[in-house]
Amino acid sequence: MKPDLLQQRPQCYLSRLTYARRAVLAAIGLLVAGFSARAQETWPVNGVADPKNDCYAFTHATIVKDAQTTLSNATLVIRDGKIAAVGAAVTIPKDAVVIDCKGKFIYPSFVDAYSDYGMPAVQRRGGFGSSTGPQFLSNTKGAYGWNQAIKSEVNAVQLFNADETKAKSLREQGFGAVLTHQNDGIARGTGALVSLAAERENKTVLLPRVSAHYSFDKGSSSQDYPSSLMGTIALLRQQYLDAQWYRSSPAKEGLNLSLQAWNDNQPLVQVFEANDKWNALRADKVGDEFGVQYVIKAGGNEYQRLPEMAATKAVFILPLNYPQAMDVEDPNDARFVSLADMKHWELAPTAAGAFEKAGIPFCLSATDLKDVKTFLGNVRKAIAYGLSEQKALEALTKAPATLIKAYDKIGSLDAGKLANFLITSGPVFAENTTIHQNWVQGIRYAVKEDGWKDPRGSYNITFNNTTYPVEIKGTPAAPSLVNKDSIAGKIEIDGQLVKLIINKTKDGQQQLRLSGAIGPDNTWNGSGQDEKGTYGNWTALQTKGFTPKADTAKKKASQELGKIYYPFVGYGYETLPKQEDILIRNATVWTNEKEGKLEGTDVLVRNGKIAQIGKGLSAGNARVVDGTGKHLTPGILDEHSHIAISRGVNEGTQSVTSEVRTADVVNPDDVNIYRQLSGGVTSSHLLHGSANTIGGQSQLIKLRWGANAEQLKFQHWDGFIKFALGENVKQSNWGERQRTRFPQTRMGVEQVLADAFTRAKDYEKAGANKRRDLELDALVEILNKKRFITCHSYVQSEINMLMKTADRFGFKVNTFTHILEGYKVADKMKAHGAGASTFADWWAYKMEVADAIPQNATIMQRVGLTVAINSDDAEMARRLNQEAAKSVKYGGMSEEDALKMVTLNPARLLHVADRIGSIKTGKDADLVLWSDHPLSIYAKPEKTIVDGIVYFDKEKDLELRARIAAERARLTAKMLGDKKQGMPTQRPVPSREEIYHCEDLQAGHQHHILDEHGAETFNQ
Amino acid sequence: MNKICSYILGITACSLQLQAQETVYPARPQQGPIYLKNATIHVGNGQVITGGTIGFNGGKIIAVGNNVPVPMDDVKVLDLQGQHVYPGLIAPETTLGLTEVASVRATNDYQEVGEINPSVRSIVSYNTDSKVIGTLRTNGILLAHTVPQGGLVSGSSSVVQLDAWNWEDAAYKTDNAIHFNMPRLMARSNPFGATASGPGTDAVKAAMAKIEEVKRFFRAAQGYLQQPQHTATNLKYEAVKGLFDRSQKLFIHCDLVKEMIVAADIAKEFNFDVVIVGGTDAWLIPEVLKKSNIPVVLTQQHSLPVTADDDVDQPYKTAAQLQQAGILFCISNEGFWQQRNLPFNAGTAAAYGLSKEEALSAVTLNAAKILGIADKTGSLEVGKDANIVVSTGDILDMKSSVITRAYIQGREVSLEDKHKQLYERYKYKYGLN
Repeated sequence: MKPDLLQQRPQCYLSRLTYARRAVLAAIGLLVAGFSARAQETWPVNGVADPKNDCYAFTHATIVKDAQTTLSNATLVIRDGKIAAVGAAVTIPKDAVVIDCKGKFIYPSFVDAYSDYGMPAVQRRGGFGSSTGPQFLSNTKGAYGWNQAIKSEVNAVQLFNADETKAKSLREQGFGAVLTHQNDGIARGTGALVSLAAERENKTVLLPRVSAHYSFDKGSSSQDYPSSLMGTIALLRQQYLDAQWYRSSPAKEGLNLSLQAWNDNQPLVQVFEANDKWNALRADKVGDEFGVQYVIKAGGNEYQRLPEMAATKAVFILPLNYPQAMDVEDPNDARFVSLADMKHWELAPTAAGAFEKAGIPFCLSATDLKDVKTFLGNVRKAIAYGLSEQKALEALTKAPATLIKAYDKIGSLDAGKLANFLITSGPVFAENTTIHQNWVQGIRYAVKEDGWKDPRGSYNITFNNTTYPVEIKGTPAAPSLVNKDSIAGKIEIDGQLVKLIINKTKDGQQQLRLSGAIGPDNTWNGSGQDEKGTYGNWTALQTKGFTPKADTAKKKASQELGKIYYPFVGYGYETLPKQEDILIRNATVWTNEKEGKLEGTDVLVRNGKIAQIGKGLSAGNARVVDGTGKHLTPGILDEHSHIAISRGVNEGTQSVTSEVRTADVVNPDDVNIYRQLSGGVTSSHLLHGSANTIGGQSQLIKLRWGANAEQLKFQHWDGFIKFALGENVKQSNWGERQRTRFPQTRMGVEQVLADAFTRAKDYEKAGANKRRDLELDALVEILNKKRFITCHSYVQSEINMLMKTADRFGFKVNTFTHILEGYKVADKMKAHGAGASTFADWWAYKMEVADAIPQNATIMQRVGLTVAINSDDAEMARRLNQEAAKSVKYGGMSEEDALKMVTLNPARLLHVADRIGSIKTGKDADLVLWSDHPLSIYAKPEKTIVDGIVYFDKEKDLELRARIAAERARLTAKMLGDKKQGMPTQRPVPSREEIYHCEDLQAGHQHHILDEHGAETFNQ
Repeated sequence: MNKICSYILGITACSLQLQAQETVYPARPQQGPIYLKNATIHVGNGQVITGGTIGFNGGKIIAVGNNVPVPMDDVKVLDLQGQHVYPGLIAPETTLGLTEVASVRATNDYQEVGEINPSVRSIVSYNTDSKVIGTLRTNGILLAHTVPQGGLVSGSSSVVQLDAWNWEDAAYKTDNAIHFNMPRLMARSNPFGATASGPGTDAVKAAMAKIEEVKRFFRAAQGYLQQPQHTATNLKYEAVKGLFDRSQKLFIHCDLVKEMIVAADIAKEFNFDVVIVGGTDAWLIPEVLKKSNIPVVLTQQHSLPVTADDDVDQPYKTAAQLQQAGILFCISNEGFWQQRNLPFNAGTAAAYGLSKEEALSAVTLNAAKILGIADKTGSLEVGKDANIVVSTGDILDMKSSVITRAYIQGREVSLEDKHKQLYERYKYKYGLN
């Protein structure tokens, strides 16, 4: 880092000015005491110098040095803000102020490894499609990088502006120091370790540059790119590459302070705000690619996938923001709350305990809490749900301190460390424990000092020579008083002053009203008045002290908790279905091979493959499924799908985004995986949308419901990429503001392609030291036949154009998808070698489909193309067999050819026909057993099998439905119970699903009822 | 002598030479009686007559049954050789003819500006020359209820028959219903960061306020209509006159339980003849609907379930649940070009619990009842209009539903459409036959 350059940022001047003003305010305001006490050498003194070298000794305390070490009746000595000595046999320095901590506990103050304390507020912006039209480049002024969401040059230490209100609320929860950073952007720059003392920043900054921070959230960036999660991940990757390249000081780039800072930040602790279980894996994967191990800031649902979390080998920072119960009193509102959300409400507090049990290292953090005051309560809740107290303490002290490489300064009570410690009335996580004081850098901050001296016990009160035995009970901070007949009186202690009312009779007619002081040796005396108005003196003598009962955080012993589902949605499995050997007996088998349709035939599945086809096969150990009267087909493959994708299918902010990858954002929790299994789908090709000419790389998955993203992926598969032509890419239907992105015509679309492939060719030829460009890498793969195109297209002119462009650059267009005018140029497509994947009968939703006809598939097939029927729609995919049947109706296609359009043909188009798409010995056992003729509207899948695993079973489905109903009922009762007990609840808001299409701008897609804003605006 | 033409159906080649769309003519009025014999007749009311005959003359059905005597005089008799005969299908909720290309604004004539527009009439912008219409006839849809969209009260709808020169010819029942789009009564999550207390309350309250606004409009109209004379004529009030004497129906577009309960209350308060359109969650409150005697136009069986926890086939089986509960309902497909899939929505309902004939009623007789045209159409019964479709197989199953003939009011309508013409054009190009 070159600080002189950083200083040139206008923000820095601004913050310094702000700083000066604030310091003046502080000097005349609240902080005056601290200011003078901790004055620095360079600062002039207004008045008489008052140098301090304070020494304190805290005696007779139970000192919890760290999570492993507890010392009884020990002494802590601090001097000049640091710990001087700790132990049972410590010599108390002569100049020490001695504080008797008998009965008290002393802990190291907590450390929060994730905070934005003292950072300026971030103005968040909506991205794509803003009211002012597209923004292609960063708005950040200065010699910074091209993307506004990459803020690696930001340094928290320069923005840090202590905020006493926030500091106080954190101190009250036990924190003494936090790692703070500005949580804005995908790269957020560095974090600083600061103490929570109400001191000048010069003193409270403990370590100026500790960590570098990242996220999948572009924060305040008003720039369009990236608009999607996949774009965000692509941007991160490219930044790593660009930064490596920048080390060679490339002349063409000039000065790029963002990349420079990125490099400078690499040796620091790398912290990624993932906020979600799948995002944690996504972040970790990017880290692995570049040799970076991130610390992962969690979101709270990670307990749902512990083995995957453990495999990241990351340290996790766990927030404790448990969801409130939903108010489910109104069943018609409660209906829209998903079981997943209800279960998460129940299980969220188990997260920390589950991490402990799984041996995954973690820290606890107060981040994400709406109200910091709930922090300790939530720690106790985590303990009640299985976290050990020892681990809780470690996760708040040593673990975060070690993580941020500051354990030599904070995180335990050892000589030489900062005097950051808590004085509590008891074990810190016990239900009724009070934090009396939180000392930060040797400065005392009172939290709740009432009850410091425990007044409880039995007393003899003597008033005018009569003795009244009383008992003082309650809590130290809020004591209560009863006389010997258990008649309640009143006691109020305010520091040293005490006020007592002793009722001699129940009706309060006879009483003493006493006021006085508590002396240093616990002698109470003063004066008072009885009911007759007689004045007199009184004294109180303690006859018996108070013996506290053991009080720890309540363990709710036998809590009934629901099971974790895989995936974590209503239809998830408690245990994943296993691969079986299955013999399907006596079915009508649609082989898609030269054998055609075989009646009364058996198919044996073994080890996930089709082992044998024939009549009267021996079952061996295989489970026998009676296929009599039923039809067995290969599983359906949807060539054009947008299910199971997280946070956007389009990175449509630039015309060429070949660097983005659907593979990065596969979402295993999408219930549409299960719904489609129920419609006979076994594989889906997850495509980028059609908002730009060269879209993103696609991912073929198998619908292995319950698996994680990596396990869903189709192994050993040629990569594909989505291209698009026509109205979407020229933004015909995007509104008046979207008129500036190139291209706006089909002429321009050709130029986008020509330009991209020209750049790719030049890039390929460039020497070894070239900047690696992920966008061009993907295009080079196309040129080298390592990656294949599926291109969204409609009208004949553009179809023809793409083929000619491909010819010019020497590659082939593998598949035209949608391709509603393919019938007009089927001969040319055949000559080029392209296949087609089309809709059965869509048309009229926009101008470019005015000539779409339902005989399209038939014509293309008859001309000799490989033709598939696709869905582009989560609902229609459940009926792809019926969509295929429409070619029988409209074009007179043979039934077997029609079925191939949703099985074998898409497998051919995707280069996987050697493994799926037909029923042939040796192929994957991806099969559907139908109740009826598979092209009939009356046919329903009874079993859908992937790799020999029955993922959808009609009977099992009924069980799942019943289980969903029962589990919802149980959790509803539990939530209602919470409400009855007066716990806060939140309004039930509908749990939403992410549903994407390629063509949202058209009327063809129906909108989902829970969908408020029409899914995404520019999906397809 | 009787002229007996025997048609081998399913071979459309017998039909005419290929004509450009512009020379596909609306059919002339029926000239003389026609008998379709040796047919599997699906009456539309649940009854099936195998080997039956249906006769019609002057646009009306004159005979249906097994033992219909075919006169030996100058009649046309077609031997259907066991093909299936159905009542013309009715699309009960569509923008057909009110739009041509969805994304092209200039072609969209279904939504007016403003919230309360009862006087706006869909019939006057119904375009009989829409290229979409032919593609629906081809699939057996012969009548459509064209509905204005948007706002709270979007206007009045009309039923049209799908073979006409102009909208006056097309009008089958004019201004039969007024449409009220009920705002969603559901707490909403705020995409920009939900607050626990905030947007939910507001969304429902705002929706209730809008519903109140509509009710106030009806109350004011009711008052106005009590007076025979007015110094200032209010066209909006005049437009809903038929609601109060129940000559018009109020179609309330809503889906969720609370909305349907509010709809039932509106029916009660104003004594309106109310129909629920949408009814996605109707399966949750069959008793309420049954008690209030409110029929339902179920839109879009081919939908995803509303919630992630709903039965995966819930939208497919809702129709069967309503049937079970004895609620009058019909099945609809959304959109305009999409109407050609109307029979397959019914087919899905049949796959998930309805009998095939019940499913057929859901797109014929039930729709006619709900639209108020059951006296004229919806079933193949003597005295009704001869709105008839002939299919080689089960009309509800795409695997087998090739439509070979269709009659509207006895007129044999062209089954030519833009798609078939383009199909022919490119078969010609590639030398396919």
